[in-house]
Amino acid sequence: MTADAPLIEVDSVSRSFDVSRSAADILRGRRPQIHAVTDVDFTLRRGETLGIVGESGCGKTTLGRMLIKLIPPTSGTVRFQGADIGEMDRQAELAFRRRAQLVFQNPFDALNPHFTILRSLQEPLRNARVPAAEHEERIAEALRMVHLAAPEHFLMSFPHQLSGGQLQRVVLARALVLRPDFIVADEPVSMLDVSVRAGILNVLREVRDRLGLAAVYISHDLSLVRYVCARTITMYLGTVVEDGPTRDLIESPLHPYTRALVQAVPVPDVNQSHDPLPIKGGLPDARNPPSGCRFRDRCPLAEARCAAEVPRLREVSPGRRVACHVVA
Amino acid sequence: MLLNVRDLVIDYKTPRGNVRAVDGVSFDVPAGAVVGVVGESGCGKTTAVRGITRVMPGAARFAGGAIEFEGRDIVTMSEREMRKLMWREIAYVPQSAMNALDPVWRVGKQIEEVLRDRGGMGKRDARARAAELFSMVGLDAQRLTDYPHQFSGGMRQRASIALALALSPKLVIADEPVTALDVVIQRQVLDTFAELQAALNLSVILVTHDISVVAYVCDYVVVMYAGRVAEAGPVAEVLANPAHPYTMGLYNAFPELSGDDRELSPIEGSPPDLLDPPAGCRFRPRCPFAQERCAQEPPDVAVGDGHRALCHRADEAAALRDVAKKVDTWTGVSAA
Ligand SMILES: Nc1ncnc2c1ncn2[C@@H]1O[C@H](COP(=O)(O)OP(=O)(O)OP(=O)(O)O)[C@@H](O)[C@H]1O
Ligand SMILES: Nc1ncnc2c1ncn2[C@@H]1O[C@H](COP(=O)(O)OP(=O)(O)O)[C@@H](O)[C@H]1O
Ligand code: SF4
Ligand SMILES: [Mg+2]
Ligand SMILES: [Mg+2]
Repeated sequence: MTADAPLIEVDSVSRSFDVSRSAADILRGRRPQIHAVTDVDFTLRRGETLGIVGESGCGKTTLGRMLIKLIPPTSGTVRFQGADIGEMDRQAELAFRRRAQLVFQNPFDALNPHFTILRSLQEPLRNARVPAAEHEERIAEALRMVHLAAPEHFLMSFPHQLSGGQLQRVVLARALVLRPDFIVADEPVSMLDVSVRAGILNVLREVRDRLGLAAVYISHDLSLVRYVCARTITMYLGTVVEDGPTRDLIESPLHPYTRALVQAVPVPDVNQSHDPLPIKGGLPDARNPPSGCRFRDRCPLAEARCAAEVPRLREVSPGRRVACHVVA
Repeated sequence: MLLNVRDLVIDYKTPRGNVRAVDGVSFDVPAGAVVGVVGESGCGKTTAVRGITRVMPGAARFAGGAIEFEGRDIVTMSEREMRKLMWREIAYVPQSAMNALDPVWRVGKQIEEVLRDRGGMGKRDARARAAELFSMVGLDAQRLTDYPHQFSGGMRQRASIALALALSPKLVIADEPVTALDVVIQRQVLDTFAELQAALNLSVILVTHDISVVAYVCDYVVVMYAGRVAEAGPVAEVLANPAHPYTMGLYNAFPELSGDDRELSPIEGSPPDLLDPPAGCRFRPRCPFAQERCAQEPPDVAVGDGHRALCHRADEAAALRDVAKKVDTWTGVSAA
């Protein structure tokens, strides 16, 4: 495998969920489904950090969970170093689980409240059968990476005795003790105060620069993604609508949905624009997405064609893809 | 002035000892103004504003100060008077909208309940008013028959705002109304809120830990730190010329959408344990500008034109602001 080959290849991945049927559904023999993720594809190389942005409910977490095999796709494949992660034998699967790690959305729920911090950090090493003699060094290394000094009393304390920022550092350290090649961080700072958030974002930048792993960083806020990811994907109702360098997405967003996301980013400036966002309402019902372009009922640019035809994700310039009939 | 909070002190009696969560807090709410109360979690924001409603957990006690609403002190008011005040004059939207709405009742029923029970309305009027309230906050009146779990986070926030507005109060207190929402929904809820505030000439106390929310909708800001007011004044003035290092820190830690790809400056450490707060200035363990005296004497309130800051070095603020902009200023400050 050359250094330039993709580490992760996501190929037409979709995931739907069954939802409970109403009386009318049962009468008509319908099995309603939520299409959480539809036909997503992208590749990720070692050292690359990809942001995934979009509103709540657009499928970011569902996609992230498929990438590390917490749930299987309904169709499509995720390949890790060329191997389909859905078709791995037991041994390959164990290796994959060591090499791909998830950092949870909420640090307050991520750790077992009855375990000491030390035990929470040892657990993944034990599960991966790393020799006990190496544990101390691995843990010290991970704690250094997240800038936690590790006096004995800290390692022996319990999650409720730590602040949110310390907890999130522990959660990140726990993902790093196995020296993974790939991490998925799902809203790792959304539960934290801004003052503390900044420190975690700095750590994520360092992890990116020093460890050279591939990472996916999920958020609804482009101003956070920008600190960690050179490249970003915008998702809308389960589909990728734009993909490109983060800076370009922010400075010259093409898709009207990305434009709205940029405009919605909060800034601490009293002179900011109070113009209403260019999109109306909220996400439509994922059980019955609009025909054609899924964004069309909220889109300020929609034309007749948008209801009839699904816009394909087209390359508009090298490294920049957009799915829109009007702008691309 | 609609509301004056004066030297308010609120304690929690806990098994570990007395926690003075609010320690001498003062601020005003002018009629028709939006006042933001901002600070990190655990700084006493919720405790302070719940004091105004007197709906407090069993462990909480008033231990000093006054809360004057149109000249009458809420702290010493009788239960009966207080009952008249709540909903009709002052409405409260609690920190989680899930707490505002009872999961086992249809949302519309809950609004009608308040209208009939507290507002003395008949069934038909209550139903019509509930529909009116829903359309005011941008919800479809057909959804009145839904249960709270059938709503998205943003819809729940809108519904709890509708509930608060039911009896046309003068003052609405909203605790972190947009904290759990994504940026799009947050913006939409804030816009609705701002429109209603202007149309109804509401006075609002908006609790948040996010200074961008303050910048977007507030006229005045009260920055709380460790149970005290670190800084307060008109929003434009405080954000343009922060005089307290804590406010400077909150501002600088905020991620920007444009500009250089740089490191952010966190405020290292966390707010102190209020069981045993540090002597002198409470921000000292995290402050890059601390001096000898900061460890000994609590700072005085430096007042200038409605803008106050609780810092020994408030008169040097202009110079400190420049230093505060550098990332290095904030590294290696806290021992924790
Ligand atoms: N286990 C499940 N069963 C049924 N529906 C699900 C399940 N998990 C997710 N969904 C649905 O799939 C869609 C996408 O959800 P997902 O959690 O991936 O969104 P998200 O972008 O991560 O949102 P957020 O920003 O709120 O975390 C939503 O409509 C959600 O309700
Ligand atoms: N019911 C309670 N019993 C004891 N202590 C409490 C209680 N509620 C809050 N506190 C303490 O009071 C302080 C302020 O909390 P709070 O008012 O919730 O702050 P904020 O709203 O700014 O996050 C914290 O130290 C918190 O732990
Ligand atoms: S009083 Fe001293 S320690 Fe406190 S904020 Fe001012 S300079 Fe910092
Ligand atoms: Mg999610
Ligand atoms: Mg609170």
